Amino acid sequence: MEAIKTIGLTKKYKDLIAVDNLNLEVGHGELFSLLGINGAGKTTTIKMLSCLIKSTSGDAFIEGNSIIKDGLKVKGIIGVSPQETAVAPNLSVKENLEFICEIHGFSKEKKAEKIEELSKQLGLENILHKKAGKLSGGLQRRLSIAMALISEPSVLFLDEPTLGLDVIARSELWDIINGLKGRTTVILTTHYMEEAESLSDRIGIMKNGKLLAVGTAQELIKMTASKSFEDAFISIVKGEKK
Amino acid sequence: MKTLAFSKRCAKEILRDPLNVFFGLGFPLVLLFLLSAIQANIPVKLFEIERLAPGIAVFGLSFMTLFSATLVSKDRESSFLQRLYTAPLKPANFILGYMLPLLPIAIGQSAFCFLAAIFLGLPVTVNIIFAFFMIIPVAVFYVALGLLCGSVLNVKQVGGICGALLTNLSAWLSGVWFDLELVGGAFKKAADFLPFLHAVELERAAINGNFSEIFPHIVFVSGYAVLVAACSVILFLKQMKNQ
Repeated sequence: MEAIKTIGLTKKYKDLIAVDNLNLEVGHGELFSLLGINGAGKTTTIKMLSCLIKSTSGDAFIEGNSIIKDGLKVKGIIGVSPQETAVAPNLSVKENLEFICEIHGFSKEKKAEKIEELSKQLGLENILHKKAGKLSGGLQRRLSIAMALISEPSVLFLDEPTLGLDVIARSELWDIINGLKGRTTVILTTHYMEEAESLSDRIGIMKNGKLLAVGTAQELIKMTASKSFEDAFISIVKGEKK
Repeated sequence: MKTLAFSKRCAKEILRDPLNVFFGLGFPLVLLFLLSAIQANIPVKLFEIERLAPGIAVFGLSFMTLFSATLVSKDRESSFLQRLYTAPLKPANFILGYMLPLLPIAIGQSAFCFLAAIFLGLPVTVNIIFAFFMIIPVAVFYVALGLLCGSVLNVKQVGGICGALLTNLSAWLSGVWFDLELVGGAFKKAADFLPFLHAVELERAAINGNFSEIFPHIVFVSGYAVLVAACSVILFLKQMKNQ
């Protein structure tokens, strides 16, 4: 059984088809990137898979649980780090993490253990008592990812995790995301070519709600006879126009 | 447990904002002391402590609407709610989580107000306890109104509507600052129709031990509290669905 399987997943808004008949399978521990220009349907896909919005038709299964029928079960096994940094600003880093543990029903011991583990893993140990709202953009993004990871999700959704970060903060976050490979299934949306190429096991390229191509960066380069991954991406996205 | 965790977080967010503490606690007390000082120099029946203290206690609660509306709209705008909608929480966890922490804050605020009033000469009687009980439906009304506004307005709109408009309406139409009979006409009719005047009269009746005068004010206030709470739940669920 795949970690994620979508069958004809579609989302329509009046005249606009945001996601069009998406059929996709993602394996356990795989880091899968959804790449596309703005409005390609990446965020809408993540929102459907994380039960934030309902699909117009089709279904998707997270660890075998339908996003339509078993929404609450799905919510119990996923973690989401939204595009905008979503932290409680007047709570400290530790309190933000504690809060997420509590809404997932963790015991006191497990809560302490997870906070220690996650703060080490994401380099938050020295700022545990700082207010989240006072942190830099990069640190807030790290906290946001820690909040998504602390519930031990089987599947983690990272929506544009490095958007607006400087080069150093981005590089540090890449290291963290790389460290998740093999342990957690990660779905990452991005429109940075180098991010998708560097981090992903496989990449899905989307445009106008359609999944145009799926493969490793090398496979996509080969498929389009391009010199670089960026050229491959351009070729795939432009090719659909023809 | 999940509701409690969410309530705890909401309480911390509200109480750690110094502006909230000033407007929620400091501002009503400043008004109470100021108007009592005026009353000491130029006695006016309206500002006698037995009439003034219940009015200020109710007026102070209008800030609860501002607090809860600001918190909900900020959570919506910052994607924090979006994150929580992907967690295994049910709608009741959110609604109760937002409303529950504000009720003790509201009651605590009223307690401070009555304590200050005792210092200014309010007789210590068992009626103060009754006034506490009577403040609960008023607090529910204001807190629910905050959830309602926070579900439909953005942070900027909340500032204008709950921060400026509601606090002014709540003041003008409550009969705390001036005798509404002197204005009369449509203004008085509007005041009679809305819950603000009834909330103040309910508290005045309770604190003065005039229990027969509690009616019909308690019916008006409780009716508004139930109606606004029901509307706030519907609108919160609607925005939750729209996410």
